[in-house]
Amino acid sequence: MIDSGAKILLEVKKLAATVGGVPILKGIDITVRVGEVHAIMGPNGSGKSTFAKVLAGHPSYQVTGGEAAFDGNDLFALAPEERARAGLFLGFQYPVEVPGVANSQFLRLTYNTVQGARGRDELDPLEFDDFVREKMKLLEMDPAFLDRSVNEGFSGGEKKRNEILQMALLEPKLAVLDETDSGLDIDALRVVAGGVNALRQPDNAVVLVTHYQRLLNYIVPDYVHVMEGGRIIKTGGKELAVELESRGYDWVAGDGREAA
Amino acid sequence: MSAVADNAFRDSLIAGQAGSPLAPQGWLNQLRGEALDRANELAVPTTRDEDWRFTDLSPLYRQAFHPASAEPLAAERLEPLIAPEAGARLVFVDGRFARGLSRLPDADGLTVLPLAQALELHGEELQAQLARQADFRGDALVALNTAYLQDGAVVIAARGQRIQAAVHILFVSTQKDVAVHPRVLVLARPGAELTVVEDFVALHDGAYCVNAVTEVSVAEQAQVQHVKLQRDAKAAFHLATCAVRLERDARYVSNSVAFGARISRQNIDVVQAGEGAECRLDGLALIGGRQLADTHSSIDHAVPRGRSRQMHKCVAGDGAHAVFNGRVLVRRGAQQTDSGQQSRNLLLSDKAHVDTKPQLEIFADDVKCAHGATVGQLDAEEIFYLRSRGLTDPAARNLLTYAFAADIVNRIPLPSLAARLRATVLEQTGARELAQ
Repeated sequence: MIDSGAKILLEVKKLAATVGGVPILKGIDITVRVGEVHAIMGPNGSGKSTFAKVLAGHPSYQVTGGEAAFDGNDLFALAPEERARAGLFLGFQYPVEVPGVANSQFLRLTYNTVQGARGRDELDPLEFDDFVREKMKLLEMDPAFLDRSVNEGFSGGEKKRNEILQMALLEPKLAVLDETDSGLDIDALRVVAGGVNALRQPDNAVVLVTHYQRLLNYIVPDYVHVMEGGRIIKTGGKELAVELESRGYDWVAGDGREAA
Repeated sequence: MSAVADNAFRDSLIAGQAGSPLAPQGWLNQLRGEALDRANELAVPTTRDEDWRFTDLSPLYRQAFHPASAEPLAAERLEPLIAPEAGARLVFVDGRFARGLSRLPDADGLTVLPLAQALELHGEELQAQLARQADFRGDALVALNTAYLQDGAVVIAARGQRIQAAVHILFVSTQKDVAVHPRVLVLARPGAELTVVEDFVALHDGAYCVNAVTEVSVAEQAQVQHVKLQRDAKAAFHLATCAVRLERDARYVSNSVAFGARISRQNIDVVQAGEGAECRLDGLALIGGRQLADTHSSIDHAVPRGRSRQMHKCVAGDGAHAVFNGRVLVRRGAQQTDSGQQSRNLLLSDKAHVDTKPQLEIFADDVKCAHGATVGQLDAEEIFYLRSRGLTDPAARNLLTYAFAADIVNRIPLPSLAARLRATVLEQTGARELAQ
């Protein structure tokens, strides 16, 4: 939903970042308003996952230039947990397994931590159990996943459902979903995408980082950005994703070079 | 350590005994006598011994012990230690069997008795089994235990019996400056299944010495799950040897958890004597302050088609010191052995340290033997994952430390014990938010 008068949620200007001294992001500009869905596409190594991690504050990446305002705050002045509490959510490409901690314990801890930081009521275990089971229906998740250790032995699809479940619990203003479609079969993709769509509100926004157009059949983007070499080299509407699918990234990379 | 000091220690431990009255069984008196002779001949371990390089017992040798006085323990003091899901319960207070606090089984096919009574009823079997797995001839501490073999627990699961409820053996310390020599014998006859919990606890925080020996014999196709909880007082000394023999297609699972003691040493020696036997050894040492926890395990694949899995974890905080030595022996001809060993260690402070050593001795060619050891800090990716969900850096670290340890505790098949141990782990790792 494009409304150029809508409130700006994220404004990134000339963002540059390195990992281990190697430049990965070389000047990213992007503006995300409430109600919008952005897709960031690009070949492997283009920097799109790095962009997602830099937004969330991954300590392996150094921001070396540019700025980012999130909901009016200087994003890079916030620690990762402060970003989460302020309403930024990163859906991981490879969610981490935490053997020894029950998923229900973990989910309640993160939920209550974020609720407390936002000045809202926390839930005791019984209340939370009802609450989380309701949210799990959205993702067609078996409640048995509450008793298992966090992500341990989950299939790829189950891990991604668990990520979107966390998104549902934490109610972010901006969800950045990194390759949420990777490793999903078509049924899981439909369920996960359905979950993301159900969580869309007029006052939040989604950034999808993806290699393939497939996900965008289910979550329709307002903007498609193509990354290459640490820059956004082309921005268009949802039809750009379709064209990428049929013509490949070389086409747009070439196009981008000609334009430059 | 001088020879004089060695003798002083032995004399002190000997003085710590109430004195063994002659048993009615001549063979037992003879066994004790031989063991006492060996105890007097063998030097007690010092850091000059390869097997004790990292574990200096000289603080123990400086300690004097006296006999425990016979003071009854009020039942309500025991209450918090009881595991309701256990069936039979044997309680030993300062080394002495406490009949009034114990609950002997009424289940068919399960014998749970204090040693003295077991000697009367099953003398021949005990003669054949006692001191067979744990050899006192080369080990001064096992020799001392055997020399003072008096009170102890005997657990026998009859042929083909699947015993559902665990047997809980509680060794409770109520007095300081006392040395005890607990002895446990577990026999699983062919096809039997059994869970035994050995639980060492203290109701005070003084110094004392536990010198325990456990022997486990698992017959053909039998299965034993063995839980060992060492939650002795922080000033205590805990020395223990567990010797296990597995016959054909037998299975042995051990969950060994060490939280307590100033200095603890756990030896676990498993011999796979029959083909197709399987063992799984899971261990956790969670220590802080100036504690030292040492685990030496040995898995002897003596025959073909044996399988072993081992996961040993240490969490050391403050100035604590954890030691792990994991020996895996694959004898000539023990083909198709499948062995995997992992030693994972977490250091929570700059002053904590861990010595870990896999010791693989392989004399067969058609085998799979994997091993790995890690010593380090928490994983940065895992910390970031939790922070991205709103947890602070310290909260994320505490949670991951808790998880690292709880992973082993969660494998303990008695829910009430596992829950209590998780609470201890929460307390020690600072991850209290999880419990709220």
